Amino acid sequence: MLHDRDRIFTNLYGFHSPDLQAAKMRGAWDGTKFLLGRGRDWIIDEMKASGLRGRGGAGFPTGLKWSFMPKQSDGRPHYLVVNADESEPGTCKDREIMRNDPHLLVEGCLIASFAMGAHAAYIYIRGEYVAERYALQRAVDEAYEAGLIGKNNIHGYPFDLYVHHGAGAYICGEETALIESMEGKKGMPRLKPPFPANMGLYGCPTTVNNVESIAVAGTILRRGASWFSGIGRPNNVGTKLFCVSGHVNKPCNVEEAMGLTFRELIDTHCGGIRGGWDNLLAVIPGGSSVPLVPAEQIIDAPMDFDTLRGLRSGLGTAAVIVMDKSTDIVRAIARISYFYKHESCGQCTPCREGTGWMWRVLNRMAEGRAQKREIDMLLEVSTQIEGHTICALGDAAAWPVQGLIRHFRHEIEKRIDDYAANPHSESVMIAAE
Amino acid sequence: MAVRKLAPEELQPESFVLSPETEAFAQQQIAKYPPGRQASAVIALLGKAQEQAGGWLPRKAIEAVAARLDMPVIRVMEVATFYTMFNLEPVGKYFVQFCGTTPCVLRGAGDIKKVLERRIGDQNQITADGTFSWLEVECLGACSNAPMVQINDDYYEDLTPENFEKLLDDLAAGRPVRKGSQIGRNRSEPFEAVKTLQDPSLYDGSQIGAWRKRFEEQAQPAATGETEAAVASVPQEARAAKPGAGRAIETEAADTPAERVKKGETPINPADRKEAADPSRATTGDSHTEEGARPAPQSGKSYVATPSKPEEGSPVPVSPTTPVAGTPPSQAETRRDGSESKPDVVVDKDNKTS
Repeated sequence: MLHDRDRIFTNLYGFHSPDLQAAKMRGAWDGTKFLLGRGRDWIIDEMKASGLRGRGGAGFPTGLKWSFMPKQSDGRPHYLVVNADESEPGTCKDREIMRNDPHLLVEGCLIASFAMGAHAAYIYIRGEYVAERYALQRAVDEAYEAGLIGKNNIHGYPFDLYVHHGAGAYICGEETALIESMEGKKGMPRLKPPFPANMGLYGCPTTVNNVESIAVAGTILRRGASWFSGIGRPNNVGTKLFCVSGHVNKPCNVEEAMGLTFRELIDTHCGGIRGGWDNLLAVIPGGSSVPLVPAEQIIDAPMDFDTLRGLRSGLGTAAVIVMDKSTDIVRAIARISYFYKHESCGQCTPCREGTGWMWRVLNRMAEGRAQKREIDMLLEVSTQIEGHTICALGDAAAWPVQGLIRHFRHEIEKRIDDYAANPHSESVMIAAE
Repeated sequence: MAVRKLAPEELQPESFVLSPETEAFAQQQIAKYPPGRQASAVIALLGKAQEQAGGWLPRKAIEAVAARLDMPVIRVMEVATFYTMFNLEPVGKYFVQFCGTTPCVLRGAGDIKKVLERRIGDQNQITADGTFSWLEVECLGACSNAPMVQINDDYYEDLTPENFEKLLDDLAAGRPVRKGSQIGRNRSEPFEAVKTLQDPSLYDGSQIGAWRKRFEEQAQPAATGETEAAVASVPQEARAAKPGAGRAIETEAADTPAERVKKGETPINPADRKEAADPSRATTGDSHTEEGARPAPQSGKSYVATPSKPEEGSPVPVSPTTPVAGTPPSQAETRRDGSESKPDVVVDKDNKTS
């Protein structure tokens, strides 16, 4: 188990006050001016050396992302946009940061903005998080009052921070859709290039980072890249918030070292699997977008980016959805398919039409009211959605379905057999709907 | 995608005027964005207008917001129908958004749904007394506290059919209710089994400044003066955007700037950037296919076709297919993408003309 002194989010569970005074006692805003005084390049180099990979799902190195911003402004302002549109099913970590430890985020915004030459930053928080929005706004106001941020702040770097909110669209978690949404449009992803580092918010150089990636920056700089990179395994370093939900005895959020095994995570913090380890059926290890992993493969697997990719899944946002043997696995995935159907923005045809099609077919398969050849047809259609859309929502919709067929084809076939063995008045349909 | 339409005409109010409170809110929101970018406040303002109208957005409210933000009505209409938090039809006094996505379903959201169906009826149906209506929504982001619902602005978590019934009873009777977890959990900690964050030294301030030792041990570099330089570079006002060269951020596809950085190259060479901007060097139609009789220096990056006839030493032939033959070879040699050579696609002039 990670030692308490190595935890970054020391008020994760809200047992202490989120206020500025208490946050300072926990180490936030400690020597921020000193850190900024060491210069932009030092900050970016330190972030690169820390090996921090973006916590929003894709795992792109954060320091490298920061370094893509133009070094010199060409007259256009630079922006930092923090992605707090946390909507991936299973993910509930940023919410805890924003309501319990918001000052780490506010401080991180200042540091990251300084490193990228941005004098304004926006935090895009999902619309449903109303209490969290007020908590965050309160922290921002406190920071303004204390002169920590603002036009004339004690750090000598003019910086404004604004809280912006959405209105219930999962797609706005995609960085270019988020930018569109911030500009007051529908959240439809943009084609890349141009990439946001060149043309982002209002056509200006913009970097979009996840809440957790930004909130850890201050602590990493204080304690040093080598401290952070010393936790975990090579290329998968540091601490990470895991959101465990589903069939465990004590679902929770917990900050842990990357690369601890699934068994350790569940036994140490979540009170074990409901009904014991023999009752585990499958796990979705990184939020609904990644393929599920069957029990025998995940139990002793280290929870990190590279291992899970080797299992043909992914760490994603580290939202661990645990399913025991009571789960109707086909229905569980069909419900995820419904989610993507509901959240597709409708811009690209493969996704707009394909997500609904996959959901309808999966729903029939859950009942067994399907043909066996439709399983391969479904798999093929999913590969035709994957990679053929502007943003990754098409991929995200296809992967869970592919994971289901990869590991639980026998279950679907069994249902089809069971259905066929019983007399039914209506004939079995095929997929062309 | 969901089909979302405005409420039928008979439900639409005759008029809608932004209240002074909404107007004050609008000004406060618009101030967050650069001048001329007031459209950014559309979501916030629609949300406020919805609050003013009693939980849903009539057509007139959408039009009022469009007028206030100086936006075409259709743009605001698009936003109102795209984002699912805008209710286009009236809702009950307590509008229950029930999370029905997989993590909640695994923890028993189905039983919560049955309670809703039994007590309130179908989705989007307001009870006769106007108190309740409900809607199944997608993941609300409280998965470790599943199952949960959102009622108006507040989350109610860790539900069971029993405590949810009681919650609805209390709301209907106007009794105070506990927001958040309904089983007495604080936030999303492991319930009654917290093993982490117990070290008191995390909270007594003893950690403050402890990290500085690391810097004192290292030689102190002179102040960079970067803060001052950065302050001096603050642009006074925003300038219109111009399209720039693309840079990869997310993907690791081949030949992206990210990939080049990994190989230790500069993603975009400043010299190339300057050159690309030089109008006098703009590509003249087909200077790339201009007979590159001389084999160009090979670049590892660009695709090099095997020349069918190198024609080494022969004079540069003038292609009859090149209308502008004026590009000097010295300039045609550098391509706009920054690679050193033009592709060695050699047009076999002899074959062509024969």
